[in-house]
Amino acid sequence: MAESTDLEELRRGTDLIKRGFARMQKGGVIMDVVDPEQARIAEDAGAVAVMALEAVPADIRKRGGVARMADPADVEEIIEEVSIPVMGKARIGHTKEAQILEAVGVDMIDESEVLTPADDAYHIDKRDFTAPFVCGARNLGEALRRIGEGAAMIRTKGEAGTGDVNQAVHHQRTIKGEIRKLEGMTHEEREAYAREIEAPAELVHETAEMGRLPVVNFAAGGIATPADAALMMHHECDGIFVGSGIFGAEDPVAMGEAIVNATNNWDDPEALAEISKNVGKGMKGDANVDLPEEEKLQGRGV
Amino acid sequence: MSLVAGVVAVQGDVSEHADAIRRAGEAHGEDVTVREVREGGIVPDCDLLALPGGESTTISRLIHDEGIADEIVAHVDAGKPLLATCAGLIVASSDPRDERVDELGVIDVTVERNAFGRQRDSFEAPLSVDGLEGPFPAVFIRAPAIDEVGEAEVLAEFDGRPVAVRDGPVVATAFHPELLPDDRIHRLAFFAESAGGDARSR
Repeated sequence: MAESTDLEELRRGTDLIKRGFARMQKGGVIMDVVDPEQARIAEDAGAVAVMALEAVPADIRKRGGVARMADPADVEEIIEEVSIPVMGKARIGHTKEAQILEAVGVDMIDESEVLTPADDAYHIDKRDFTAPFVCGARNLGEALRRIGEGAAMIRTKGEAGTGDVNQAVHHQRTIKGEIRKLEGMTHEEREAYAREIEAPAELVHETAEMGRLPVVNFAAGGIATPADAALMMHHECDGIFVGSGIFGAEDPVAMGEAIVNATNNWDDPEALAEISKNVGKGMKGDANVDLPEEEKLQGRGV
Repeated sequence: MSLVAGVVAVQGDVSEHADAIRRAGEAHGEDVTVREVREGGIVPDCDLLALPGGESTTISRLIHDEGIADEIVAHVDAGKPLLATCAGLIVASSDPRDERVDELGVIDVTVERNAFGRQRDSFEAPLSVDGLEGPFPAVFIRAPAIDEVGEAEVLAEFDGRPVAVRDGPVVATAFHPELLPDDRIHRLAFFAESAGGDARSR
């Protein structure tokens, strides 16, 4: 019989625990939900976590105005409803919204460009939190600055609420391309590159040595079909966020299950063909090329 | 002799287990080929199997949909080693006490999901494990605990609750030995003499 361990020696909120949580989400689909009923549907469909928010990005886009953190009472109801992790969105730079979400007990905080930024110069100092953070990025500089601030997971920004996967692909290709460039550089070239992309040099070297971001890298922003999810896995994302794509679809149950199955079978075209059949219409969406520059969310929080 | 190790890869921290198995194999002078298991038909070719951490509801649904679940049970029935960590422990148990998880019943324990709380309660602590010299750096992430131990042997406890067990060819932990370079749990599960051969007959 083993000895019991001293409770005094335990540690919480370390980088290992925060990044470890993100690793447990790999290969999974995280779904946006606005109420307990949607959260239940997402869990039954096989989601690894739900993102609790007041309105899905497509509705935020339509509605306009200031988009803020969800009501903590609504987040609590969702936490009560499901056994999988619950994430919540805070405005960029809004330390208090993040603290409130942490106090409510969310398992990960998304410091998100989908909400209206609270600070036009600084992001939240995420190192101060016990809860892990995920942040969006369009390129390697943004990704490494967020990791330097304490983010435990990076997701592509894509263009949220559009149902157009184009920008998620663009951001993931950009990040992977920059990492490939980095791998061929000497130490001093990497130092210079770190200054050029305004990223912490230490993280630039770590990324070059690993040949990937030092934290889990999900896809987000415009994923609307099983094939979209498979495409982002093909581009070496570790997993998928689906915002408006599930509950904006004609049949959210069928779409949710199909996107989970497609994420697992991303490299099996025959399985993907079966999975993609009869899932109903995807969200209508807006093509990125038609979107006026001032309506794009991805430029928020660089 | 070359060994084939399967890592159930429908969801979870798959590459971490693959790396830990390669390191452990190397330390024991074994030539190990690691295969990711996303569909049925691969497990029967595997000598060793890992069921990783992740979300037990997701893993449970996908291994049943993909025809992997029965193959894991057959693997264990044949006396071949299985290491199940965190969500893997829940899925492999005889009773997860949650209808959202369809269990495999290859370890004779009942478990409580998220027994130590939510992510803010997740922790790391040095743990004394039977069969290992010196404490093991254990990382518990929204971890389950073991409630009732039937035929299984308890290898470690935390706060008075079993968190690592052995049941025949299966070793299961509530924590994540795959997250750190210390590969002693993988060696214990896969390459220690007691874990090889027909462990069920012990």
